[in-house]
Amino acid sequence: MTESVRLAPDHRLSRLRRPALVVGVVGAAALLLGFAVSREHFFQAYLVAYLFWLGIALGCLAVLMIQHITGGMWGAAVRRLLESATRTLPLLALLFLPLTFGLGDLYEWARPEAVAHDPILQYKQLYLNVPFFLARAVFYFAVWLVVARLLNRWSLAQDADDDPAIAIRMENLSRGGLVLYGLTMTFAAVDWGMSLDPHWFSTIYGVIFMGGQVLSAFVFVIVVAALLVDHPPLDGVFTADRFHDLGKFMLGFVMLWAYFALSQFLIIWAANSPEEIPWYLRRMQGGWQYLGGALLILHFVLPFIVLLSRDVKRRADTIAAVASVVIVARFLDLFWMLRPASAVYLSMHWLDVAAVIGIGGIWMWAFVGQLAERSLLPLHDPALVIER
Amino acid sequence: MSRPALYGLLAEFTNPTDLVAAVHKAREAGYRAMDAYTPYPVEEVAEALHVHDRRLPLIVLIGGIVGGCAGYALQFWTSTIDYPINIGGRPLHSWPAFIPITFETTILVAAISAVLGMLALNGLPTPYHPLFNAPRFALATDDRFFLCIEATDALFDEQETLRFLQRLEPRSVSEVEP
Repeated sequence: MTESVRLAPDHRLSRLRRPALVVGVVGAAALLLGFAVSREHFFQAYLVAYLFWLGIALGCLAVLMIQHITGGMWGAAVRRLLESATRTLPLLALLFLPLTFGLGDLYEWARPEAVAHDPILQYKQLYLNVPFFLARAVFYFAVWLVVARLLNRWSLAQDADDDPAIAIRMENLSRGGLVLYGLTMTFAAVDWGMSLDPHWFSTIYGVIFMGGQVLSAFVFVIVVAALLVDHPPLDGVFTADRFHDLGKFMLGFVMLWAYFALSQFLIIWAANSPEEIPWYLRRMQGGWQYLGGALLILHFVLPFIVLLSRDVKRRADTIAAVASVVIVARFLDLFWMLRPASAVYLSMHWLDVAAVIGIGGIWMWAFVGQLAERSLLPLHDPALVIER
Repeated sequence: MSRPALYGLLAEFTNPTDLVAAVHKAREAGYRAMDAYTPYPVEEVAEALHVHDRRLPLIVLIGGIVGGCAGYALQFWTSTIDYPINIGGRPLHSWPAFIPITFETTILVAAISAVLGMLALNGLPTPYHPLFNAPRFALATDDRFFLCIEATDALFDEQETLRFLQRLEPRSVSEVEP
């Protein structure tokens, strides 16, 4: 059995909490100002930033369920980081609310005057209409919140009681939970992202989102674990072997992202049909092509080549540096996927920066708060070994 | 000088932890010509033996790069030089369509280089190896962990090394006929 270990109040991660809240509040104030000044930019910037941070939390939920099913030391070591991230989901559900006021600003299908002149959108109204959109969002969040809450509650129960039935219960919920995550996230990606271009469709779109979310979760966890290596007794848990494991996952999901992204591109490019190709044409001009090229380098080529090295994966500082680059690339990927829907030319509004930093500050504040709530290591996880 | 009387001395351990400890002690005692045999890969043993062979990863990397370049070159040559066909008005050099096959040939040649390179560096197949003269060595494929100090080691002395190995408290020590 592991002993309970709390996040030290003077650890750099704890001290990050207050500045994060300050940044979050300042960012929120800037967002309010932005809403007053430029309502349209506000919602577009907010959507990208929101989906970026939501992606980390949902990715952590998915990885948490995967590790409950597969077991293994890597999962036991980072379980509390993943769980803390999933406990920010109620906050993220709250942060979804501002978007509901901007559906008409964001989505063409939510503007009656646009639908009136567009027979295709009239057909799609059966699915793409405001009440059903909101009901679906409520359903997605209900599923995620229930799964996250049960996994967190049982995990706490496992700390108090070494009954092996608890681990089996978490494992069984995770099996169904992963299926539910796959279904809800596919539809959520269609609703929140794909319907920005309501004429366009791609069946792999939700999968691209999910692969990206899991990658986001791994890079986030790697950075937090690297910050915690100096926190005893975690130095005996976040060893070179653990970073090696997480680094291999990161390499795998970087390649998976490239695979998904190329699959979508190759099929649409090969068909070259007027219904599908405009999505890429738009992203290959007006400056967006340079962001696409940067993504290819930062989101695939660079991390792929660097992560081939065993030594890079085994050292906390080098793997965290690569993870930091990929975190930035994750945001740029969402920006490149979502933003061209409303912007012909590549430009970054100050609201885009304010939104990602503002939501991020509040989210980090909540995350560190949740991390400090419980022992940093699960107490009765049979897979957990502390090296002395 | 005739053939040495022994290939080496083989110590048998029941778990990897003891084996790793034994390897550390043998290195401290100055032994270098030795090898360990386990039923499954034990990374700590490789570290304890100071096996720093980086030739295989390099072979695989080169194999992958050669495979990728060859795969792309093959497609480039067939579709633009040897047999150009207009497919739906697309350019002859349509790189997006070449990527999946380039990826496949990269993996294919890298994997083949890994297998062949591994066999070449291992010296496999080896029809005869003295270790199999020790009857208990067959357990290395089951649940036992072996350390063999070879007679070629500068410090090797049949009596001295035997006593050294026995001090490590192995399950058994056997002589390996050459």
